[in-house]
Amino acid sequence: MDQPNIVEVSHVSMRFNLAQEKTETLKEYLVKLMRGKLMFNEFFALKDVSFTVKKGESVALIGRNGSGKSTMLKIVAGVMYPSQGSCAVNGSIAPMIELGAGFDMDLTARENVFLNGAVLGYDRAYMTEHFNSIIDFAELWDFVDVPVKNFSSGMITRLGFAIATEVQADLLVVDEVLAVGDFMFQQKCQQRLKKMLDGGATLLFVSHDANLVRQLCQRAVWLDHGVKRGDGPSDEVCTMYEEAMRKGEA
Amino acid sequence: MNQNQSQLSRSWGHFVKYKPLIHELVSRDLKVKYRRSFLGYVWSILNPLMMMALQTIIFSYMFRADIPNYPVYLVCGNVLFTFFNESANMGLTSIIYNGTLIKKVYIPKFIFPLSRVVSSFVTMGFSLAAVLLVMIFTRAPLGWTALLFWVPLVFELVFCCGVALLLSSLTVYFRDMQYLFSILTLGWMYATPIFYPLEQLPLFAQRLMKLNPMYHYINMFRNLVMYGNIPGPNTWFACIASALVMFVLGLVVFRKLQRNFILYI
Repeated sequence: MDQPNIVEVSHVSMRFNLAQEKTETLKEYLVKLMRGKLMFNEFFALKDVSFTVKKGESVALIGRNGSGKSTMLKIVAGVMYPSQGSCAVNGSIAPMIELGAGFDMDLTARENVFLNGAVLGYDRAYMTEHFNSIIDFAELWDFVDVPVKNFSSGMITRLGFAIATEVQADLLVVDEVLAVGDFMFQQKCQQRLKKMLDGGATLLFVSHDANLVRQLCQRAVWLDHGVKRGDGPSDEVCTMYEEAMRKGEA
Repeated sequence: MNQNQSQLSRSWGHFVKYKPLIHELVSRDLKVKYRRSFLGYVWSILNPLMMMALQTIIFSYMFRADIPNYPVYLVCGNVLFTFFNESANMGLTSIIYNGTLIKKVYIPKFIFPLSRVVSSFVTMGFSLAAVLLVMIFTRAPLGWTALLFWVPLVFELVFCCGVALLLSSLTVYFRDMQYLFSILTLGWMYATPIFYPLEQLPLFAQRLMKLNPMYHYINMFRNLVMYGNIPGPNTWFACIASALVMFVLGLVVFRKLQRNFILYI
């Protein structure tokens, strides 16, 4: 594969300050300040993680809860800045970290399509052109002019997915959003993702579901407590991951 | 220096790319604002009119002799100050209220305070009809200088953008700003000659007033629209300088603080 890199993550660390114990009073605060141990406890969500993704590849980030997958994804999506190291993306991103994040509950589905499109960087003309196919995919023709606050969570997810995948992006950044929605719709979503991949899009996918990863991705990166523990063909890495889980050590 | 420049050009690129977003956010604000009310946008005109009527009744007993055409004097000050008040208060919470969005999608964050200010600006546009109505109703003379009414409004817009940028970024770190600022705006309102004439104040307070940017915008607006004269160079200088200083200050603070917003939202 002689494709250029679309994502370059080099030596990324992400440090959070956790409030370890509550400081109740101002006096306590000052005492702690003077002793130089203010209530912060450093926590590394990611420690020196490096990997690259080539154009057209589909890569999964796997690992247990709290292993830093979503943090990594947010750094790639540009939502967070790493404390150390750098992350470069060459191309446009379609973020699906949480579907329907930009919806305004008081607006109707129709209005939200345009609002959400603009959030993703597309203007009214583009969204008007694609409006029909978005509502078609989301199967929401009966509810186009209903305020979104009256929607079920499945309907919101469907609409969010339809908008996010309608735009043509170089890189799809997908958190575990496919878990919502009924079985039929999940199938439909996976088909759409596959179609986009065939069309030359790159996928960065987060999941702890090894089977889904095997289906969708060629390669997998295994994160464990913020450290990269494996990187290779998805089947191999998933098997390693599953074995470690079975032993109860990961 | 070079890095700074490329950062600036990138920011500009973002601004162009996300212009539709500003448009959508503004139209959302306006739609949501009056959704469910019967009169809708009419409120933007009715509100300053009713405020003016109320204040005229209350204050005309106190300052009657001093100000010719008091209703117009009042409505001018009110409309301009309401714009400042609304855009500052809505801008202040714009980042924390859009926290969920900022956590999930990359968007240049300055979009939020700016779109809030623009929404308030559009609302003020409707309110200008109230000024015109009061002027026609009171048979106030309308000179050609009234055509320049938009000039002080543009200065105020730039000023408000700076205020909104500054406050929205500070509020992320100090939530107390919300409560502090509501008192501050109240004080600011009384410290601006909206319903009293400047001359009524003692001399030292009149001098202090020159430091209040809102006074200059309102003063310029009244001069152009009510009195039919072009204000002198001092007023122009004060308006331009205060707007630019505030805008640059807001921008610098915002750019410095925005990096870590996500950790505090």
